[in-house]
Amino acid sequence: MPAMSVSEKFKKVFLDDKYSVGQERVALRNVGLIDPENIYDYIYNARGYQALAEVLTDMKPEDVVEAVKKSGLRGRGGAGFPTGMKWEFTAKEKSLEKYVVCNADEGDPGAFMDRSAIEGDPHSILEGMLIGGYAVGAQKGIVYIRAEYPLAVERLEKAFCAARKEGFLGENILGSDFSFDVEIRLGAGAFVCGEETALINSIEGKRGMPRPRPPFPASNGVFGKPTLVNNVETWANIGAIFLDGADSFAALGTEKSKGTKVFALAGKINNTGLFEVPMGTTLKEIVYEIGGGIPNGKKLKSVQTGGPSGGCLTEKFLETKIDYESLAAAGSIMGSGGMIVIDEDSCMVNIAKYFLEFTKSESCGKCVPCREGTTRIYETLTRITEGQGEEGDIEKLELLGEIIKKSSLCGLGQSAPNPLLSSIKNFRKEYEEHIYLKRCRAKVCEKLVDYVINDNCVGCGACRRVCPATAIDGTVKAKHYIYSAKCIKCARCFKTCKFNAVVKETGLPE
Amino acid sequence: MIKVYINDKPYDVVEGITIMQAAAMAGYKIPSLCYHPRLSIYGGCRVCIVEVEGVKNFAASCSYPIKDGMKIRTNTEAVRKARKEIVELILDNHPQDCNICKRNGICELQNLAREVGVEERMFAGERKRYDKDDASPCVENNQEKCVLCGRCVRMCAEIQKIRAIDFVNRGIKTRVSPAFDMSFKDSVCSCCGQCITVCPTAALTEKDYIKETFEVLNDKSKIKVAQIAPSVRAAIGEFFGLKPGKNWEKETAASLKKLGFDYVFDTQFSADLTIVEEASEFLDRLKGNGALPMITSCSSAWMKAMEQFYSDLIPNVSTCRSPMSMLSSIIKTYFAKKINVDPKNIASVAFMCCVAKKYEAAREELLIDGMRTTDYSLTTRELGRMLKSSGINLPDIKGEEFDSPLGQSSGAATIFGVTGGVMEAALRTAYELATGKTLIDIEMTQARGFEGVKEGKIDVDGTEVRFAVVHGLGNAAKILDVVRKDKNKYHFIEIMACPGGCIGGGGQPYTAVNGQTFDINLLKLRAQALYDSDKSKIIRKSHENPDIKKLYDEFLGTPLGEKAHKLLHTHYKPHFPKGI
Repeated sequence: MPAMSVSEKFKKVFLDDKYSVGQERVALRNVGLIDPENIYDYIYNARGYQALAEVLTDMKPEDVVEAVKKSGLRGRGGAGFPTGMKWEFTAKEKSLEKYVVCNADEGDPGAFMDRSAIEGDPHSILEGMLIGGYAVGAQKGIVYIRAEYPLAVERLEKAFCAARKEGFLGENILGSDFSFDVEIRLGAGAFVCGEETALINSIEGKRGMPRPRPPFPASNGVFGKPTLVNNVETWANIGAIFLDGADSFAALGTEKSKGTKVFALAGKINNTGLFEVPMGTTLKEIVYEIGGGIPNGKKLKSVQTGGPSGGCLTEKFLETKIDYESLAAAGSIMGSGGMIVIDEDSCMVNIAKYFLEFTKSESCGKCVPCREGTTRIYETLTRITEGQGEEGDIEKLELLGEIIKKSSLCGLGQSAPNPLLSSIKNFRKEYEEHIYLKRCRAKVCEKLVDYVINDNCVGCGACRRVCPATAIDGTVKAKHYIYSAKCIKCARCFKTCKFNAVVKETGLPE
Repeated sequence: MIKVYINDKPYDVVEGITIMQAAAMAGYKIPSLCYHPRLSIYGGCRVCIVEVEGVKNFAASCSYPIKDGMKIRTNTEAVRKARKEIVELILDNHPQDCNICKRNGICELQNLAREVGVEERMFAGERKRYDKDDASPCVENNQEKCVLCGRCVRMCAEIQKIRAIDFVNRGIKTRVSPAFDMSFKDSVCSCCGQCITVCPTAALTEKDYIKETFEVLNDKSKIKVAQIAPSVRAAIGEFFGLKPGKNWEKETAASLKKLGFDYVFDTQFSADLTIVEEASEFLDRLKGNGALPMITSCSSAWMKAMEQFYSDLIPNVSTCRSPMSMLSSIIKTYFAKKINVDPKNIASVAFMCCVAKKYEAAREELLIDGMRTTDYSLTTRELGRMLKSSGINLPDIKGEEFDSPLGQSSGAATIFGVTGGVMEAALRTAYELATGKTLIDIEMTQARGFEGVKEGKIDVDGTEVRFAVVHGLGNAAKILDVVRKDKNKYHFIEIMACPGGCIGGGGQPYTAVNGQTFDINLLKLRAQALYDSDKSKIIRKSHENPDIKKLYDEFLGTPLGEKAHKLLHTHYKPHFPKGI
């Protein structure tokens, strides 16, 4: 078939789509272009299983590992560990039994990169796993996927069946000595099971709690056997590396972060959704070109990257190139690729509280810093947003955040304080306003604003009737008035008024 | 040998050990909470963190393996601060009721807080609130005090292999519970109490019958009778801060008198009785009257586990009651008649090393004419607390003999408390009953020691009797799987539910700090106390105990006879709690 790069093909199909600006498709190269339930579409129209065939016929396992190392691919699950090294560690372990695991327990709220990759192109994941299995000497693959993705599970199952029928799975694949089969394990909805050791425990039928590392899964994984765990997106990249060559893969991206990355863009942004860009694209390009800017002419306040345990970056980081190192240097993480745009109407203390609420409820409960610490952070932030903040709270939070980061058992705990620490670092003034002035600049925290009635008031009396503190006075058809001394800031008047006459005021200078 | 640097000083250490072990060799004891030397590595408390050069975060020293050239710092300012903070976080979610807590003064969390220098609490937030589960006759679960170190869970799953408890829920709501939110009472818990011995706080404790016992002691209308198990006397001294390894038999007997008991009898007396019955039963089975191998039945937790998990082996289990129940039966029949008192007016209180004996005491199979024979069964710890609260300092007490007629015992009965002891005692008697010859070499080394599974054989007049001895329910599972496949491999099997036998019972005193409760050296010392006592006795075989002979002559008739059957034997039935 004529050689057309996938990205070209993609652009051809979605020519008029504003999303395609600046995008480069590697991991999602076939998504939307082939019929995911038809193995022949994958084989004939997407060079499917060609990489596997080449690997099995022309390459020794160590060459495969070498090629992955050369490509510079790093783990797309979030931590960015060099994939080739991970493969090498597992390949070097001496064991008759080894496992290859695909981590499809995508749990970040609003993230659906893995889901799209599996639903749109299940065979690429399988092909990646087959190549990985061959490289490290594994006979068994396991896809650990959350049960909340029924379509993805169904398509994976169909793909496995078709591949088995066509001889891509099972004994002596494509006439080689390599035998490999895959099974699916469903996750029961625990966020922490996306952490590789917790995932392994869950596969083994144990409670999904992380294990101390070392030993790493490469030497002691599923049922104590050497295990290679990679994220869906990582697996999806493997085929491309062997189809187009490690060099062409490494040509994309920055010096230390090669290839592309899929992001899920959400929040206060015009174009929400998935996009794949080369590493090194700036935040500005993402927000204003691909994302199409902020709606309603509002100002950008922050971009939160890396899912619930990522950091909140400010406008001054807009020129930051997206790669593992730059994001870390800016105080955030790549994570699995969540990206939430926050505008000036959002309160950063409240945002931090929101993310901590998530991590505290998803903490597995095993290690003390994460289990107890995230709850204490959440409680303190709640107190601050309700006007009960005290002097010293910020310092306490910073200290606790650092300790959770440095002493937690797994990645969940180690990164859980990120939204807190980065928002304190970048928006300390807002915290101070909340604590000392009892004011919320974004007017989000109900207890930290004053409620006043403006000239829109028609004197309907609805606010007066709902006020539980009899703080509102006024006669029918005349402008009403709120006695701030009596107001308990329940915001019922604000929610009741149909004329936008009750407004929040902070008295803070712009 | 590899070289590591601990706090900037080089040390040569063997490869394959953890930072914590290497630091211990270098003379640094790193504080810890969830770590227990005999359980798997958990890495959850994060108290044992250290700094390792080149590692971004703190490393948990309990799990982190050392590497050549590794530079470890165990006491930097950052580490000390973090440790303190972590313990504070635990305390923030722990009831502040130390002075009314059962573990006050012997609590690992208290010690740890002191060790890391906690002076104030950081966050005054929500504290967990749970109802106490005190429905079980044996174990009380107070989750408000749980620090989620997971030692109990690992103990139950790894050593005992019962898996009665695990973590439920997530995050701050995590707690330890039997399956399906059941009470311990309804769960598969074998009541062995080993979870209690490894619990660092008072989250898991024995169900306490101290109040009831004091009430009885103050009841003038009752005749108060006490009995104490062999291993209680080998460990009670530890409760008073004394070194393990001494038998406090006479002092304990005297102390119980001081507490107000009218008669203090010895469970060792009925251990002799058990042996006479059990050895007779064994010889009977050996002649073809009953299933082989015969498995001992003195361990109450094993009884409960057997009825739940091995009910197919019920025919193989000896029908003998445990020594505690035998003595209680005799107290409320033979002894009651002897002193001419209505058995209903006798309060029989047993002091045991065991938590499961509380369950056994309540078993309806053991009622005699509808009457409970053991009114209360208390642990060594409860005895210690009773003595302390009565101002009786055991080491200061002048020893006294047990009361007659249920106070004299042989050396065979003494070693009942150690794994292998019942087997040794039973074979001493069985050999002589079967052959009529005198057994010269009575110390059976094959049955002694602390290996999980011990095997041995003895020649009884040309018949080779093969026996096995196991302690810990996990080891029992191993041997029982063998038995299920091959009924002919052994003739006689001793099973003790607790590691080490009764001396390692779930009711034994807590020792020192950091999980040394379940320490092999401690068990050896306790065992030595009993073996020494055996050696010092003139009568070392159960059937030679003159009071036992008298009991049969005056009251019971013959071993396995009708009266013995009613008072000294029992029966079992399968139980299937939810979750099996």
